[in-house]
Amino acid sequence: MAVVENNGNGRRKSPFSSSAFATVLKTLGSVIVTMLGLTFVTFIIGRVMPIDPVISIVGERASRETYEAAYQAMGLDKPILVQFAYYIWDVLHGDFGMSLLNARPVAEDIKRVFPATLELATIGTFFGVVLGVPLGVIAAVKRGTWIDQVARVVALVGYSMPIFWLGLMGLLVFYGILGWVGGPGRVGIFYEDIVPTVTGMILIDSIISNNWDVFWNAVSHIILPSSILGYYSMAYISRMTRSFMLEQMSAEYITTARVKGLPERTVVWRHAFGNIKVQLITVIALSYANLLEGAVLTETIFAWPGIGQYITTALLSADMNAVLGGTVVVGLIFVLLNIFSDLLYRFFDPRAAK
Amino acid sequence: MTDTNMQKQTLREWLMTDTPTSRRHAKFAALYSGWLTLKSNSMAMIGLGILLLLVLIAAAAPLLAPMDPFVQNLGNRLQPPGTEGHLLGTDSLGRDILSRMIYGSRITLYIVALVALIAPIVGLLVGTVAGYTGGWIDTILMRITDIFLAFPRLVLALAFVAALGAGIENAVLAISLTAWPPYARIARAETLTIRNSDYIAAIKLQGARAGRIITRHIWPLCISSLIVRVTLDMAGVILAAAGLGFLGLGAQPPSPEWGAMIAEGRRFILDHWWVATMPGLAIFTVSLAFNLLGDGLRDVLDPKEGGHS
Amino acid sequence: MKPIKNIMAGVVMSFAATLAAAPVVAETPANMLVIANRIDDITTLDPAESFEFAGSDVSRNIYGKLVNFDPMNLDAGYGPDLAASWTVSEDGKTITFTMREGVKFASGNPVRAEDAAWSLQRAVILNKTPSFILTQFGFTADNAKDMIKAEGNTVSITTDKRYATSFVLNCLTATIGGILDKEEVMKHEVDGDMGNTWLKTNTAGSGAYTLVSWKPNESVTLKSNPNFYLGEPAMKRVVVKHVAESSTQRLMLERGDIDVARDLNPDDVAGLAGADGVAIDSALRGRIMYISVNQKHPELSKPEVRQAIKYLVDYEGMQNSFLKGQYVIHQNFLPATYLGAIEDQPFSLNIEKAKELLAAAGVSNLTITAGVREAQERLEIAQSLQNTFAQAGITLNLTVGTGKQILTKYRARELDMYIGAWGPDYPDPHTNAGTFAYNPDNSDEAQATGLLAWRNAWDTDGLTEKVAAAVVEGDRDVRKGMYEEIQREFLQKAPFAILFQKVEQTGRRENVQNLNLGGAITAVSYWPVTK
Repeated sequence: MAVVENNGNGRRKSPFSSSAFATVLKTLGSVIVTMLGLTFVTFIIGRVMPIDPVISIVGERASRETYEAAYQAMGLDKPILVQFAYYIWDVLHGDFGMSLLNARPVAEDIKRVFPATLELATIGTFFGVVLGVPLGVIAAVKRGTWIDQVARVVALVGYSMPIFWLGLMGLLVFYGILGWVGGPGRVGIFYEDIVPTVTGMILIDSIISNNWDVFWNAVSHIILPSSILGYYSMAYISRMTRSFMLEQMSAEYITTARVKGLPERTVVWRHAFGNIKVQLITVIALSYANLLEGAVLTETIFAWPGIGQYITTALLSADMNAVLGGTVVVGLIFVLLNIFSDLLYRFFDPRAAK
Repeated sequence: MTDTNMQKQTLREWLMTDTPTSRRHAKFAALYSGWLTLKSNSMAMIGLGILLLLVLIAAAAPLLAPMDPFVQNLGNRLQPPGTEGHLLGTDSLGRDILSRMIYGSRITLYIVALVALIAPIVGLLVGTVAGYTGGWIDTILMRITDIFLAFPRLVLALAFVAALGAGIENAVLAISLTAWPPYARIARAETLTIRNSDYIAAIKLQGARAGRIITRHIWPLCISSLIVRVTLDMAGVILAAAGLGFLGLGAQPPSPEWGAMIAEGRRFILDHWWVATMPGLAIFTVSLAFNLLGDGLRDVLDPKEGGHS
Repeated sequence: MKPIKNIMAGVVMSFAATLAAAPVVAETPANMLVIANRIDDITTLDPAESFEFAGSDVSRNIYGKLVNFDPMNLDAGYGPDLAASWTVSEDGKTITFTMREGVKFASGNPVRAEDAAWSLQRAVILNKTPSFILTQFGFTADNAKDMIKAEGNTVSITTDKRYATSFVLNCLTATIGGILDKEEVMKHEVDGDMGNTWLKTNTAGSGAYTLVSWKPNESVTLKSNPNFYLGEPAMKRVVVKHVAESSTQRLMLERGDIDVARDLNPDDVAGLAGADGVAIDSALRGRIMYISVNQKHPELSKPEVRQAIKYLVDYEGMQNSFLKGQYVIHQNFLPATYLGAIEDQPFSLNIEKAKELLAAAGVSNLTITAGVREAQERLEIAQSLQNTFAQAGITLNLTVGTGKQILTKYRARELDMYIGAWGPDYPDPHTNAGTFAYNPDNSDEAQATGLLAWRNAWDTDGLTEKVAAAVVEGDRDVRKGMYEEIQREFLQKAPFAILFQKVEQTGRRENVQNLNLGGAITAVSYWPVTK
């Protein structure tokens, strides 16, 4: 509030900073509106779902009195808008409420499950970018040749084979038969609870505590699920890269560059690729955001305690505090990534700034 | 007029003309030239061919399927491909997988057709209205779009299905509900560039109202990029339906929907791989077809590329 | 058939062979037991509140009870645990337990009669879901302190009526009978909750193990209790990992990363046959699979239709195919091994007979909707029923949903038909008799949602009184006969068709010995396990 008043009363500064300030305010405003809307819709969903959250807590054999007591304790007898107001009030104080299912603060749960997903999604996206971008560029340059077709099929397999198929087959081959990678779970049983939790990401925590045994064990566990997510992300990134590149390659300036006799490599990488960077960042951010939502199926198969599994389990048993908390966090990350790619857009491409 | 012209020319010449005689004539001529471009793209034609085949298979399912897709035979379950009478083997209840896949093509087509109708149209409506009117309507519509975009998709779809009950229609609605926001974004962006063009300004001067301008003049210009995007998204739609099926919220048993078939086969994947793999291959083939066709259509329709490459 | 069947694995195997990189099977440490299991149903660890399968597995190994089952001799029934002995009063209403001397909680505090009485009073006063197991003896929050009393080294429990002593003692072996360390728990009391909030995620017992950590949907870790009165167990650490997928559990077991896999499906069990170093155990459990039809439905309430449905189930076919090894045909509501259980199997698939019955009832072209939860074995049973029902002209539509969703409808009496399972709450015949065949008030207003008979709007045709009589019968043999009679009548009259009883198949590494899952009557025991 204080900042806004300052702006109103103070002397007008340079027009640039004031417009930048307005942009920041506008962005902030839209984030708040979006988040509020998101929370409200989730809240409503929780109320219209034909799953009785009370049963989730008291179980199917509860007596009438036990049921009534739980119903009151959960505040379900109050009007929905009142319930929503209470909820927002608590969230603003950093309190996401208690999970109905496991009797712990939702915030604590999210602190535990989100780093697991973050770790997986980050490495997955890394694989997706490292493989997907070159594949897309090459496919565009060699358009219509067998290379393009192979790239297409490789990408489409990633798109159309259900992820659990890839996951289980990968486990069977690389873990069950070859024994090249660690099995399901984040680390082997003996490595659990050894390094102190700092970030919640085992790879980073083990580096912090300088415990390389745990680090390598964690690597052996994460490599397979992250490759599978990476494959999926690669499929998307390579298709989009190809499409962007094609757009550029048919532009006049590329023809001009070629006519000028610039080497093909310079034309492709410096000129064409240089111009799609910004679009690519948007795509990568989107794909990263999708992985951060948590890949329920991958998490299920690899016994990976991530946020996707957390939200789904909670949703299916009407544990709405947990669903709300998870949704708010995932939504916020999505919105932030969006803003981040927007900023990059403005930074790299001044024309985009209005 | 056109009639007499037509008698003098062959149909082909009429369509290839550089000097159309009427608006409709021009439209047909443009379509035809697009078709010629598409036809020269052999990959796109393969895609189209596969999809036409799919339609044919779906239409003639009762004639093509060797067996009743619902008849169980518990004594003959999990037979491998190539077993007598079961080209692609049998599933957990002893049903013929090939027959189920053939009947399942109907459901797949149904899902694809419905989502392709609902999501882009909702997106188009929201995007063009927002882009054209601007101001607070734009702000409100775009905030709503953002909210839906920021939702974890599965939560939205699951919640929707959970609220309305599992079933293929609700699954389709749920998928559409999560699929429309990107279309709205695209449509709005296109509308913003068109809105200020001289062409629209001229129509405005003639006194056309907003509704008419949006439906008659803006929609047609947005539609090509949407069609391209839709064909490219189809694989995702089939899989999203499969994903809901995997969580038990898609097609209801004993429906032979491909995604549901994969989900059922998941349990046997280590010993009886074909149960899940066969429908997986079917989804792959159809996705490939849509993708090839989508790439071809993009070349034809996307004005930015103008059909040259 | 075989060669094609394993083509996939075959290709990979030869690939592996050429690389000559046959991996060494890992092994867990000799004093540690690692189990893969679905544990996402645990919602609390407080014995007064815990009511799920995975929760009772944890609880059984952490809390001692007054009377308990010896895992190495389950057939013997309940025996002394924290109570060394007990006597029953003349009128049969009061049982007095003498506490075992010298037993300590994991905290080091002695186990006193005071702790035992307080734990049971607490369960009654908190009035959580499983409290009915105790309150059915007439205990209320108001009278709990008078009916359950500690005096010196003895605890006395006085019931409102005379019940079969075995009934009372069997109920005390349930999870809710766990004895808590009062001093320790009351240190953590908040707002008069008798430690409920703290005990949801912490433990204070005298059993073989104590809790190290419970990470929801991830793992439960236990460590041995050096104060355990039967001696510290051989397995110093027990880790139960949440692994949802059967295939994943199987691969981990084959690789030796886990010692025990508890959720293998029949096909993975078959796949494990012949795997090196892996053994499969089968143990009969108490869970019953059944279908029931709503008596509010005009056609389904006709006796002939109820009967016809029992002939429209392919019991043999299912048992020998997709349920193979994990369910056995069982048509009575008391699980085998329970007092009064009978083995009668009058029904088998008989389409003609069913058609005759339907014709006699004047029913044709019947369309009904069944609720079934999203679980593969239930979906397969449902589809098999669709198939056989159709042969008699009944169209069966399915409403599939999550467990909670279907249950919500079932409890509201909204389903025509329900396909589901029921597990006994305590090892006494009344647990199932009191829900399948007992319904004192069949009106909608009664809201007796805990009773299966009520959920199906069945007035029990006079069985309610017989169940009420059986539960207070003091003579064991007479009581046994009463349950047998009730079940025979139930078989013919009830809108329930009991189909199968659960057999749990567990994959374990061969070196793991003496793992007992608890049969039909209790939960798993880790303390006798050796490697």
